[in-house]
Amino acid sequence: MDDALAAWTLLASGDPALWQIVWLSIGVSGAAVGLAALFGLPIGAALALTRFPGRDLVVVLVNAAMGLPPVVVGLVVFLLLSRSGPLGRFGLLFTPQAMVIAQTILVTPIIAALARQTVEDLWRAYRDELTALQVGPVRRVATLLWDARFSLATVLLARFGRAAAEVGAVMIAGGNIAGYTRVMTTAIALETSKGDLPLAVGLGAVLIALVGLANGAAWGVLRWAEARYG
Amino acid sequence: MMLMLRRTFLAFGLAAALVGSAGAQDRSIVVASTTSTQDSGLFDHILPQFKAKTGIDVRVVAQGTGQALDTGRRGDADVVFVHARPQEEKFVADGDGVARRDVMYNDFVLVGPKSDPAGIAGTRDIVAALKAIQAKGAPFVSRGDRSGTHAAELALWKAAGVDLAAAEGPWYREIGQGMGAALNSAGATGAYTLSDRGTWISFKTKTDLAIAVQGDDRLRNPYGVILVNPQKHPHVKAADGQAFIDWLLSPEGQAAIAAYKIDGEQLFFPNARPAAGG
Repeated sequence: MDDALAAWTLLASGDPALWQIVWLSIGVSGAAVGLAALFGLPIGAALALTRFPGRDLVVVLVNAAMGLPPVVVGLVVFLLLSRSGPLGRFGLLFTPQAMVIAQTILVTPIIAALARQTVEDLWRAYRDELTALQVGPVRRVATLLWDARFSLATVLLARFGRAAAEVGAVMIAGGNIAGYTRVMTTAIALETSKGDLPLAVGLGAVLIALVGLANGAAWGVLRWAEARYG
Repeated sequence: MMLMLRRTFLAFGLAAALVGSAGAQDRSIVVASTTSTQDSGLFDHILPQFKAKTGIDVRVVAQGTGQALDTGRRGDADVVFVHARPQEEKFVADGDGVARRDVMYNDFVLVGPKSDPAGIAGTRDIVAALKAIQAKGAPFVSRGDRSGTHAAELALWKAAGVDLAAAEGPWYREIGQGMGAALNSAGATGAYTLSDRGTWISFKTKTDLAIAVQGDDRLRNPYGVILVNPQKHPHVKAADGQAFIDWLLSPEGQAAIAAYKIDGEQLFFPNARPAAGG
């Protein structure tokens, strides 16, 4: 078990290579969840509050997109960003940006679908009030999203955890380059393939702890804000 | 609401800056190479020396040889560093690469369970050993991933006169993964597998495995390095890529390769020849 502890020892001793991997994991998944929220929350709320022909189909498609396999998303992003692909001239393949793009695609439908469900439930409760007050559509979306902010924040945190734990898409889009696109999950896959199973397990424990810590800290801040601002 | 939005944007900005700064290095090249070179730890040993000398950051994407050549063919790497000579020569002949240069070699070993169900441990004739494995139906794990090791394995089966399509059965298991995964799998299921010596020596969880056959000339595993053709892919960093190749082939680079040892064992043997006309 010495090797399993080795990951913690390295972390505690401030090993720059390991910390860089940890920060990249947090940075990539954080940016992806942020971008996904930017797209997904308004899409979800808009879907909840509007009625148009084919809406059911859109809802089903968004729900189905929640199950996008990360490996397939990684492959599609790879083909798009490859020098021989349509977006090749930007030279983004095998960069952290490519990993953010892949994870954003993975996370956006999930946030949109859950936001739609949450806002739709709230809308049922507030419909009469908001209609009576003659609140316009943009304000409606804003009010309902704001009202649902705590449950939506939980959704975002949970998505951050899943994104940070995802390996298929970041491996293909990022290439697991040491010191550049290597994140916790791809490092674990690498150590496993090197047969260094204890170190892989140790890194896995660090990953789980970090995701737990991030969730716990953010949850604490939210609780504090809830108590303070109501 | 606006306050929350502003805070959210601030958080994204920070995250984006963080991600962006990780990519803000000046000179870098992408090298598509094989899992065997990465898993053996060779790059961790030699790349810091190259960086110290030239300031060029080498970003290694480790794949099977077939995939690494594909990466080069698509223009997603500046240099490929692989081990499957016929495929490499085709890569150059197709105009995807500039020229193939010998860098180093190591050799393959046939590893298998210590109980040795095929009765081949300690022999030197790899072809006879493979025949025995097939005849006895002893389990064999194949990489099955178009890697250099996979190509070498298929060539050896051919030399042994074993038609894998005809001899198909539960004894022959294609896993479609890297060398380490193949060793993990062989160890867990009591199977034989062909491994490059470098990965084998540096592999940590040998479990019940041991070398069964080694030392046959047909087990030699040569590595070549190729600059991706900048005429086909104009964005290829030809100067920096060539600098890396030149360094690998230089006395200094060759010495760095020879100096890499695990448990006192040398993993790779440099064999660059002076350039014929540059």
